[in-house]
Amino acid sequence: MMLQRIVTDILLMSGIGVVLAFIMVIAQRWLSNYGEVNLNINSKRDMKVTGGNSLLATLSDSQIFIPSACGGRGSCGACKCKVIDGGGPLLPTERPLLTKAEQADSIRLACQVKVKSDINIQIPEDIFNIRRFNTVIEEIVDYTYDIKGIVFKLQNGETIDFKAGQYVQLETVPYAKVKQKVVRAYSISSKPELNDRIQLIIRLVPEGICTTWVHKFLKVGDKVSFTGPYGDFYLRDTDADILFVAGGSGKAPIKSMLEHLQEVGTKRKMTYFFGARTTKDLYLTDEFRVFEKHFDDFSYVPVLSHASPEENWDGKTGFVMPYFKDAIRDPKNTEAYLCGSPGMISAVTKSLIEYGLSEEKIYYDSFG
Amino acid sequence: MDISAFVLFWAAIFTSNILLTNFLGMCSYLSVSRELESALGLGTAVIFVLTVTAALNWVVYHYLLVPFGIVYLQFIVFIIVIAAFVQFLELLIERYAPALYYTLGIFLPLITVNCAIFGVSLFMIIRDYNFLQSVAFGAGSGIGWLLAILMLAGIRRKLKEKLVPIGLRGAGISLIITGIMALGFVGFSGIVQIQ
Repeated sequence: MMLQRIVTDILLMSGIGVVLAFIMVIAQRWLSNYGEVNLNINSKRDMKVTGGNSLLATLSDSQIFIPSACGGRGSCGACKCKVIDGGGPLLPTERPLLTKAEQADSIRLACQVKVKSDINIQIPEDIFNIRRFNTVIEEIVDYTYDIKGIVFKLQNGETIDFKAGQYVQLETVPYAKVKQKVVRAYSISSKPELNDRIQLIIRLVPEGICTTWVHKFLKVGDKVSFTGPYGDFYLRDTDADILFVAGGSGKAPIKSMLEHLQEVGTKRKMTYFFGARTTKDLYLTDEFRVFEKHFDDFSYVPVLSHASPEENWDGKTGFVMPYFKDAIRDPKNTEAYLCGSPGMISAVTKSLIEYGLSEEKIYYDSFG
Repeated sequence: MDISAFVLFWAAIFTSNILLTNFLGMCSYLSVSRELESALGLGTAVIFVLTVTAALNWVVYHYLLVPFGIVYLQFIVFIIVIAAFVQFLELLIERYAPALYYTLGIFLPLITVNCAIFGVSLFMIIRDYNFLQSVAFGAGSGIGWLLAILMLAGIRRKLKEKLVPIGLRGAGISLIITGIMALGFVGFSGIVQIQ
């Protein structure tokens, strides 16, 4: 008796649920079927998407993640993006979260805009670009005893769009005794013009989980993933003179910048100070000598701090800072790009400010 | 209850205002009262949904839950009926009346979880209203809710130019204002009692 009661109640309850769910499914089919629509992002990428969802959900289905803190309820205002056309009128749910200027600039909340017809939107380039890439290792070169250059070929015909100087986050896979996955940031050392593959320059850090994996375990042909590009350390498009200061694997972003400048051409006066301990730490020297010939006014200055007499080093020695003086023509019209350890960055920044460079024009990427 | 539907309708607006006497439907009341225009849109949607769901749930209760003896499941059943109806309504409006959708339809998802809607369905069962009374009570409660949110939105508009102590800004001052409004509405309570 009791059991029968329980069973009928459960059946009734489920029946009500099923009927309502059925009505909803039918309604979804008939009422919110807007067919395939065209989604255009930044006038670059065209995508065929299924209409009927919010713009935020549609984008995340396409692996483009606009930040959203409230999960699409229209209360945080984080998912702002520019809808050029096809977004319908501004909704009362959006108005309180948008300033007058934003409303005039057709900024909308992606979680409130419904994709029902062809739509044309603009989102910050960095959000649009940050993606996860699957790659295969194409080449591994030994630059020094502890620095390797590794080329990652993107798969499935994908391309990466980045600015010279930006970095990616490499994802390790468990190896040997290391069970966890880690993510580490490395600057891209190849030029942005080469967009179907990237090169990273990675130095072996004793006990480093990712660098040990890269140096001792990775082979040509291995599958590796990274996300990116990230970062605001990139070459500014101005006419100012440039000082590059970077040692070790910090050479990576500088290499990318110089290769990029070689592609686009430049008349800027540039000097690159490469700080190292001994001649054993020097690498890519011939390549950078070629840059000296190519550019109107570029000089590559390796500075060794611990060169022994046997090495017959005839170049500059000691710290890099004293040599800045000759390289700075007009401190107010000089940009500096630094890449290296936090200690090196702060020492060099301090010295550059003493030479009269303005702090806003000193850009750096610190190995945190 | 032998109270006429007409009296019930007015009582629900003034003497037993769902928001100001029962403090139901507070979340959307506080978050959407920043602007008069959106408060009006949400309020209108609440009136409509309250009236229809009161009717729907009355039918479901008396012709489904009572005959089959599953009255104890009324909470869940009412909630899913409300949710399904609101969803359905949203899809319908969005498809066939885009203009209405932009003024009213976008508030519908907010209403699914509005406690005032559920509260009205429960009150009508507890107080044993007949169908006509339930519909009148639903409509009256909706109008009462609209009235309350419009008043708060109006006051908050004036408040924008005033200096409110930092700790009270936003929900804090709104709740104090709502409390004072509720006290004001106590003045109506001598006219008719429905609970």
